[in-house]
Amino acid sequence: MPVDTQAAGKTYEPKTYAVGREKVREYANAVGETNPVHLDVDAARAAGYADVVAPPMFAVVYSAPAMAPAVLDPEVGIDLAMMVHGGQEFAWAEPVVAGDEITTTASVKDISERGGKGFYVFETVSTNQDGDTVATGTWTNIVRGV
Amino acid sequence: MAELNEGASLPDLKVTPDRYLTVRYAGASGDFNPIHIDEEFAKQVGLPGRILHGLYTMAQVARAQTEAAGGPEKLKRLAVQFRGMGLPEHEITVSGTVREVRDGVAVVDTVAEQDGKQIIRNAEAELATSD
Repeated sequence: MPVDTQAAGKTYEPKTYAVGREKVREYANAVGETNPVHLDVDAARAAGYADVVAPPMFAVVYSAPAMAPAVLDPEVGIDLAMMVHGGQEFAWAEPVVAGDEITTTASVKDISERGGKGFYVFETVSTNQDGDTVATGTWTNIVRGV
Repeated sequence: MAELNEGASLPDLKVTPDRYLTVRYAGASGDFNPIHIDEEFAKQVGLPGRILHGLYTMAQVARAQTEAAGGPEKLKRLAVQFRGMGLPEHEITVSGTVREVRDGVAVVDTVAEQDGKQIIRNAEAELATSD
């Protein structure tokens, strides 16, 4: 069965994520960050930040509410049981700190088929409450047996 | 902070995720896919057991870059390909080499290995070399 590519170009409703101090610390501890700017408010402020700094890969946390409806969209048609995460890219701009409100818009960048596998490429663009871009993500999911 | 000259190696980052790491990462990230947290479920779907979240391993690759470059804001871009699967209680080694430096950005080729196999390959990072 050929891959249905009609959803390529589709854009989803923006979703806003409020970055909490304890969530940043929980994430930083889980991934083993030891830099005190992620864990200690005083250290973050001494380094010139308003509050604890989200590690770069915290982008997956604030992007998740926007990504979920795209991956689950019946028009995209991904069979989750057959899906693997093939690749991931982020480009970062302004740092994210606790207290920020990050709004992410997800879109389907490309859908293609190679060698019996479907390649579903999504893009997320995340901006902060000042309208500055904080991160752009490219998410490549591979679905076997299409 | 490491020297980010062309050809320089980043300091290796070595980390052994403990038995319950995937549970903590699931909570921290919101990804509760049972292949990461339920041993029996993972085995039922043909895996050797619970496997690491790929994005946890990518976070280790990111950490190797930010530690070498001197802070989270230095990491401007990271692109990775996931390969195979990572396992708890096995040491991960992230290594990297500066391929080129241009316009204040060091481009780093980096990989994550576990038990001699690359679980993140063909990864490329861009690090700011100045403020």
